Amino acid sequence: MIRQDFSRVDPKRRPALDWKKRQFAAPGFAAQDYAHRLNFYTVPPTAEITLEEFEVWAIARLKVLSELEACAFRNRSADETAAYMGAILEKHMPLHANSSRGGTLQEERRKDHYSHFILRLAFAATEELRRRFARLETMLFRLRFKDDDLKERQGFVDSLGLEWERVEEGERRELGAELAAASGLKRVEEQGWFKVDWERVPELVEQRRVFLRRGKAYVPAREQLSLVVAEFTRRLDEALELTARALPRLDEDDRLAPILAHLSQSFTAPDAAYSSSDAVDGLSTPTAASIDTLAQHFPLCMQNLHQTLRANSHLKHYGRLQYTLFLKGIGLSLDECILFWRRSFKLLTDEKFAKEYKYNIRHVYGDVGGDANRRGRGYTPYSCQKILTEALPGPGQSHGCPYRTFGVDNLVALLQRTGVNEREVLGLVREDVKKQRYHIACNRVFEWAHRREIRKVKEEGSWGAAELDTILHPNTYFKRGWMLKHLGEGNVGVVGGDGERMEE
Amino acid sequence: MPHSVSPEASPVDDTQLPQTSAQPLESVVKEEPTSPTEDVPMSDAPSPSEAAKTKVNLEDLFDDEDSDEEFSSSVPQVKAEKTPEQEPIKIKASSGFADPDAMRAFYQRLFPFRYLFQWLNHSPSPTNDFMHREFAFTLQNDAYLRYQSFPTSDLLRKQAVQMISSRFEIGPVYSTNPRERKSLRKASAFRPVAKELVFDIDMTDYDDIRTCCTGANICLSCWTFITMAIKVVDVALREDFGFKHILWVYSGRRGAHAWVCDKRAREMDDQRRRAVASYLELVKGGAQGGKKVNPKRPLHPHLDRSLDILRSHFQTSILLEQDPWAGERSTHLLDLLPDPTLRAALSKKWDSAPSRPSSSKWADIDALASSGALSSLNPTTLKEAKQDIVLEYTYPRLDAEVSKKLNHLLKSPFCVHPGTGRVCVPIDTRKVEEFDPLGVPTVTQLLGEIDEWDRENGGEEGGDGSQKKVPDWEKTSMKPYVEFFRLFVAGLLKEERGGVKREREEGDPMEF
Repeated sequence: MIRQDFSRVDPKRRPALDWKKRQFAAPGFAAQDYAHRLNFYTVPPTAEITLEEFEVWAIARLKVLSELEACAFRNRSADETAAYMGAILEKHMPLHANSSRGGTLQEERRKDHYSHFILRLAFAATEELRRRFARLETMLFRLRFKDDDLKERQGFVDSLGLEWERVEEGERRELGAELAAASGLKRVEEQGWFKVDWERVPELVEQRRVFLRRGKAYVPAREQLSLVVAEFTRRLDEALELTARALPRLDEDDRLAPILAHLSQSFTAPDAAYSSSDAVDGLSTPTAASIDTLAQHFPLCMQNLHQTLRANSHLKHYGRLQYTLFLKGIGLSLDECILFWRRSFKLLTDEKFAKEYKYNIRHVYGDVGGDANRRGRGYTPYSCQKILTEALPGPGQSHGCPYRTFGVDNLVALLQRTGVNEREVLGLVREDVKKQRYHIACNRVFEWAHRREIRKVKEEGSWGAAELDTILHPNTYFKRGWMLKHLGEGNVGVVGGDGERMEE
Repeated sequence: MPHSVSPEASPVDDTQLPQTSAQPLESVVKEEPTSPTEDVPMSDAPSPSEAAKTKVNLEDLFDDEDSDEEFSSSVPQVKAEKTPEQEPIKIKASSGFADPDAMRAFYQRLFPFRYLFQWLNHSPSPTNDFMHREFAFTLQNDAYLRYQSFPTSDLLRKQAVQMISSRFEIGPVYSTNPRERKSLRKASAFRPVAKELVFDIDMTDYDDIRTCCTGANICLSCWTFITMAIKVVDVALREDFGFKHILWVYSGRRGAHAWVCDKRAREMDDQRRRAVASYLELVKGGAQGGKKVNPKRPLHPHLDRSLDILRSHFQTSILLEQDPWAGERSTHLLDLLPDPTLRAALSKKWDSAPSRPSSSKWADIDALASSGALSSLNPTTLKEAKQDIVLEYTYPRLDAEVSKKLNHLLKSPFCVHPGTGRVCVPIDTRKVEEFDPLGVPTVTQLLGEIDEWDRENGGEEGGDGSQKKVPDWEKTSMKPYVEFFRLFVAGLLKEERGGVKREREEGDPMEF
């Protein structure tokens, strides 16, 4: 493709013909005045900062964002996240309200502003980084918006100049019943109501929390958060897209490039990735025939899939996907995996199996499909995070995490079938599930089922704390459970060595 | 299999393409001896030899259809006359409805490619809306060929005829021509930009509440589920979201698709699609999830309105026709009720009368509750539980994954379902109650009707060459469906052009 000429012109000398390019056109090299605590980050910073500030500020913001991501992974509720993040924000990125006494308000806001734009540069390069960055920045914005002083928040929202149509008094009275039913508010008249295109509040539409009529969503003032956040995300997404396009043409010196590269690389999330290459120690290669025996060590989600499969001789698409990936993770080879499914679907003809199912299994293993899929050796096994955030199973489907998808009574019945029969544990699991702490319930069951072994390794001190950390991946559950149940087997007396090899 | 074309788990490449179909399109055009001219569908009656050949094919095909177990009794039988002087062309018994000869004739003579083109193109002359649109073909050997695109409707028709695909699907409009996706410098330059918002309602999702049929079979009483779903979803899309151009299409066997074609709907991103799908989705949870319907109270206006629509159906279609709680199945009804004493009392009563019909059981709940024997029961809780039960048994069950992704493919309208031979015809929502899935014409029937018509009108038409040509679809029972589609497309086009109506199109905008 032919590069357009203007991209060769020094950006600073380029005439400001297009508003998209205006941000590079005439840098004012002036410090901005920050009137509000919150910031939509529409204007890029133009004043000078030192290289050290550049790096230190970026790293501080990065820390905040990674902690925020960790909260999401641990399934912390909004309140828990707010409590946890309070201390971290205070340490790395304090941002005080106008009413506070501190004399460093402008300094704090400048740091917030600059670090945001530095990270934008660092994370604009790939689609995946952009999406992750936008998601985390949105979370951060939401967090700050919520704990902002009411009056200042109103001032900030007014300063944004968002075009929201007010619902007139007459219309509001006419639609009173519908508005009340949709929003769950008792007194409709006490609220101010806005009328916006529903596309601007997809979050509220998704949860059926607004009244819709002819493409307009009727939003109560209380839901302002959602509107403002949606607007923030939209603008950030657009801006990131522009940054990504501008990135290759940035007149760059070699001082910033390494810092930016380093920043984006070190944005390591505590994602519970499981590398399928490390097979479980002491476990001879699993085969199609051995799955039934191994199933007793599987986490509940996989045991459920296994039982459903055995009961119906069939699993629906997402169940197959989840289970196949798990089996791939425990080291089942492609051939054995195809054999396993072929035998499990015993009601199907060979032809139907080959036509409708085999390809998907091979695709998962990266045996077929596009170049990227083959090179990446297929998909990676699902983590708890992935399983917990997927859509709930529909009729006839059985994927997902049983702690989340099952009714509590059905869950307890399932647990009892798998041998968890202690009253106390079941009671605690019920509580965990009620609080939506599904992975804690799962870990609780794991610790109960392996309580003797865990005590033993703790007493011997052969397993470090890292090996007994919270389980965040079904394959880790299996691996750890299997190792605990086979302590010392195969390598008698060198349990310690065993533990060391566990480290990945 | 509803998810077979989901973007991750489907054949994403055309590596399976058999050698024959990998030819470039230009050579295809040259090597097409069976298609004499481009305007076949518009031509007069076919030449004598061709007509005779079709007749003979038909005869065999009808034999084939008679032996089909699925719908043998209800198919309107059209007997083709015997033409003993012609040698019948052998068609293998196993060839089924995706029979190559029938399919070729169907694409050549009946498939309304012109209107399909106008529908996707939103303008009379080809635009990127059509040219960058992905089509995916399923070939006779079940290979799946993705990322096809066509500059004009004629070339699309040629490829369909040449490959004799058993069906084809429509995907999104991409930012560049899908055929050129591999020659791009950056992979990110190839991304989906627009597609109709689609919905898929399939009877599979109703299997746990449907008692009349199982698996792939349907009858009129379980089609009611789809009718109810269409009513509820259609009114929500129009009233709540303000969409106007919604095309409902029979999926050929036991479901229905919706195509929301408004510009606003086409340009929605994945997040907005997910929002609409979730807004409409209510029945959640697998077999182990317990209660599947748990709406917030007070009911959202959309659910309230849906409940009003569905309530009448619940009495007739569900309680009387489906009889969902006969015998053992009543345990599920008990699970959904709130009060343990009420449950125990009902369970006792029903166990003693195993043949009690569902409508009586439904009435029993109120009778027992109002008898006053149960002091612990809160009337509001019971009323809400009953509403939830009505919704669980009637509310539309969408295959939501189809709607959530911009790049999901969906079978084109007017394709032939390979299992039943039925044409995927549009459903008129104003007459949705009257739609009979078992009365939808099949390919073989339609081809028979062309011959029938030609035989009756052949003389006069041949005599007067200046008379207006009659397209083949007008000779068959496809006519009302194509007419409906034509009007739908005309309405869409009118809006796309900003309501500016040119003078010469005053009479009939689609007649060329």
